[in-house]
Amino acid sequence: MTFLGLEAEMLARVQFAFTVSFHFLFPAFSIGTASYLAVLNGLWLWKRDEAYLKLFEYWKTIFAVTFAMGVVSGIVMSYQFGTNWSAFSDKAGPVIGPLMGYEVLTAFFLEAGFLGIALFGRKRVGDAAHMAAVAMVAIGTLISATWITAANSWMHTPAGFSVDTNGVFIPEDWWQIIFNPSFPYRMTHTVMAAFLTTAFAVGAVGAWHLLRDRTNRQARIMFSMAMWMAAIVTPIQIFVGDLHGLNTLKHQPAKIAAMEGHYETHKDGAPLVLFGIPDDEAETTRYAVEVPKLGSLILTHELDGEIKGLKEWPRDQRPPALMPFITFRIMVGLGFLMLGVGLWSLWARWKGNLYDTPWLHRVCVAMGGSGFVAVLAGWYTTEVGRQPWTVYGHLRTAQSLSPVSAPAVGTSLLIFIAVYFVVFGVGVYYLLKLMRRPPTPLDMDQELDAGPIRTAGVMPGAAQDYPIGGRHGD
Amino acid sequence: MEIDLSFVWAGIIAFAVLAYVVLDGFDLGIGIVFPFFRRRRDRDVMTNSIAPVWDGNETWLVLGGGGLMAVFPLAYAIIMPALYMPIILMLVSLIFRGVAFEFRWRTHHESHLWDFGFWIGSSVAALMQGIALGALVQGIAVRGRQYAGGWWDWLTPFSVLTGVAVLVGYALLGVTWLNLKTSGEIQARSAKLARPLSLGLLALIGAVSLWTPFINQMYFERWFGWPIAFFSSFVPLLLALCAFALWHGLTHDRHLQPFLSALGLFVLSFVGLGISFYPYMIPGVLTIKDAAAPESSLKFLLVGAVVLVPMILAYTAYAYWVFRGKIDPEEGYH
Ligand code: HDD
Ligand code: HEM
Ligand code: HEM
Repeated sequence: MTFLGLEAEMLARVQFAFTVSFHFLFPAFSIGTASYLAVLNGLWLWKRDEAYLKLFEYWKTIFAVTFAMGVVSGIVMSYQFGTNWSAFSDKAGPVIGPLMGYEVLTAFFLEAGFLGIALFGRKRVGDAAHMAAVAMVAIGTLISATWITAANSWMHTPAGFSVDTNGVFIPEDWWQIIFNPSFPYRMTHTVMAAFLTTAFAVGAVGAWHLLRDRTNRQARIMFSMAMWMAAIVTPIQIFVGDLHGLNTLKHQPAKIAAMEGHYETHKDGAPLVLFGIPDDEAETTRYAVEVPKLGSLILTHELDGEIKGLKEWPRDQRPPALMPFITFRIMVGLGFLMLGVGLWSLWARWKGNLYDTPWLHRVCVAMGGSGFVAVLAGWYTTEVGRQPWTVYGHLRTAQSLSPVSAPAVGTSLLIFIAVYFVVFGVGVYYLLKLMRRPPTPLDMDQELDAGPIRTAGVMPGAAQDYPIGGRHGD
Repeated sequence: MEIDLSFVWAGIIAFAVLAYVVLDGFDLGIGIVFPFFRRRRDRDVMTNSIAPVWDGNETWLVLGGGGLMAVFPLAYAIIMPALYMPIILMLVSLIFRGVAFEFRWRTHHESHLWDFGFWIGSSVAALMQGIALGALVQGIAVRGRQYAGGWWDWLTPFSVLTGVAVLVGYALLGVTWLNLKTSGEIQARSAKLARPLSLGLLALIGAVSLWTPFINQMYFERWFGWPIAFFSSFVPLLLALCAFALWHGLTHDRHLQPFLSALGLFVLSFVGLGISFYPYMIPGVLTIKDAAAPESSLKFLLVGAVVLVPMILAYTAYAYWVFRGKIDPEEGYH
């Protein structure tokens, strides 16, 4: 049975990719923002400089909205394994399940338990306990990232297990399962990606307000902090990305071949394909613009190192090349753009005109979403490059599927698409509205007594320190 | 003595599900009764009464689902496709009501739309959870290690009945929670709503209980076969006691007693379900032992659960304690 001409397998893959892509947009931002809030609150307690408190309150609201969307889209993810990938759950559940179970026990409860206090409890529990709660939320997001990337990495580079007669993966060595070969790289790379995503979003908001009023102290602080992050973390991220690629070459060479657009094996030095269009049917990369030997230099650190091409694998064991090839270039391209911004900010800072360089600010506004794009591009490279396997080399995607008919998967996919675009579309609009508020002290204090209807059309909300009585039109 | 870990885990999962039902039950219940409170300000107070805790409450659902995948992967792999549509609809509904907490503050013009989303999301989620439960009680077609039925098998008169029962039950939890946490007009209205809801819930529990034994011979044995029936009969007795306490609390303007009694009704219904099911996870098809993950998975996660679940309970209790007492509508949490 098909649905709109598509098989259940394809629909389930689209559904997973769609829901997880949406989901990950929120963690990518909330992981970084949670840590940022902890830093801001710490600075406020340490220096007792109101500006930090204002910034904390400002970003807290944005965090709360993001976090809510992350939670609800994440719950969908944890059930998706059962609804659409039940055969995968049956077989890989004994390995993947406990890792996600630990994520719930060590991270989700921690985040959720302290979120209320972090958002609403400052006055009730006092500064110290409030700081602890904010820190717990931040730590929770990092623990969560650790477990889920461990689970995901195991699917790329499985280790520490045996397979029984039913095809069930039996965990043998949990240490090896968690610290599987690609985990350290993927974890570091993903967490730093989240920090960069936040840095560029914060930087864009700061820059936007600086363009309107370059004396705004809060805008200056957030812009400066974001630019430090950009300048320091981007080079490290590129370095880690390189290591990650070397690790992948060792464990998933077919993925590298797809990312690099190589169909032929190059025994004495592979070129670096800058651009081109891989064509799986014809087994060649069209319109290729190449730099000789550079590919081998980057991946093997030798001019004549051997790089295997996709033709080394039978067709039914190759990932499709087009998607990883393109998304990888998007990610790396954005990485170098981010590096450029970071260096530029260092230069401006050194010259003493970090806050007086409108062009830097404009570029930063334009780069506000770059982290999100890079993160998704990175995941698409990784995940599509793993095809046609869910557990690399052991369990095929086609064997992972639920016995659910195509109309059921198709219907639910349409429901998800409709709901996600409406709900999260509106959510993003609210986020942008919140980011448009100038981060000024005036804004915060005046509105406390401003009465029911607030300026700027933004309502005080669940995440702010306002008395309910002072709210809108009742 | 050798302890069978699969039964320990069945207990933990059952606990997680029960914790979810009672905790998120009153959250969802507040959404379900939204239409009875029309004033914007009342709704603010109502959502504020759960804003600091709802996320933690919902996390038990993630533990129930994620935990099932970890320790009973086969049960998870069979049940989820069987309940495909109710689960999807529940997830989508939870999206609507989860974001409404934040979104309703972010807008002036559309806030009533998010209030509507809060209501419909809460209601459909409750209904679907009840329907999923009913479908599971009715039984699931299995071949080999997979679900073997269609994608509409879950929809039967019985599952609709259980769906309505859960909907009404959550609404009762919601109003008794409001009776506990609010004052003034909201409290008065909640207490008033609680009476018809109590009667409705008791009638529905009665109907489901009378119907269940006739669905499956095994259930019948549990409730009417001697000597098990002797022990089983404590459940209806205690239920009657809770019902009495509930009514007494409502008629004597007690604040905590109705909420606790309503929780008691849920716990006892849950125990009743356990009596019907044991030792099966999917009635008649898959036992707890057969569904269990390999020993190494059970052990690995248990080590953490033994330490972490008490910690979670402790800091969750702390969070509730921080936001204890009646809500002052002038102060709010914010
Ligand atoms: C590297 C980080 C990362 C990755 C790859 C994923 N997530 Fe996520 N997830 C988080 C990081 C995160 C987070 C930062 O911890 C969130 C965001 C908001 C939140 O509440 O926690 C979250 C929320 C979140 C929740 C809600 C938790 C709650 O109720 O508080 C669930 C159930 C999941 N996720 C499940 C998943 C699944 C099944 C994924 C795999 C496809 C996944 N996440 C990918
Ligand atoms: C959060 C960021 C993630 C994104 C954006 C992402 C993206 C994707 C994409 C695009 C696909 C479809 C690949 C294809 O069909 O060609 C996919 C599939 C899949 N991914 Fe991921 N993924 C992410 C994280 C994870 C994690 C953390 C896990 C496991 C714990 C995971 C498990 C899977 C599974 C089971 C499939 C379905 C089977 C398959 O098609 O391979 N993914 N993901
Ligand atoms: C410019 C230098 C970069 C290099 C060389 C690089 C390298 C890589 C490689 C090789 C992978 C695939 C891993 C695999 O084989 O499975 C990957 C994945 C990924 N990249 Fe990058 N990356 C770079 C920049 C970035 C930036 C700037 C971001 C985001 C801000 C980012 C986010 C990600 C994410 C989220 C993934 C998927 C998760 C993972 O597998 O780690 N990357 N990167």
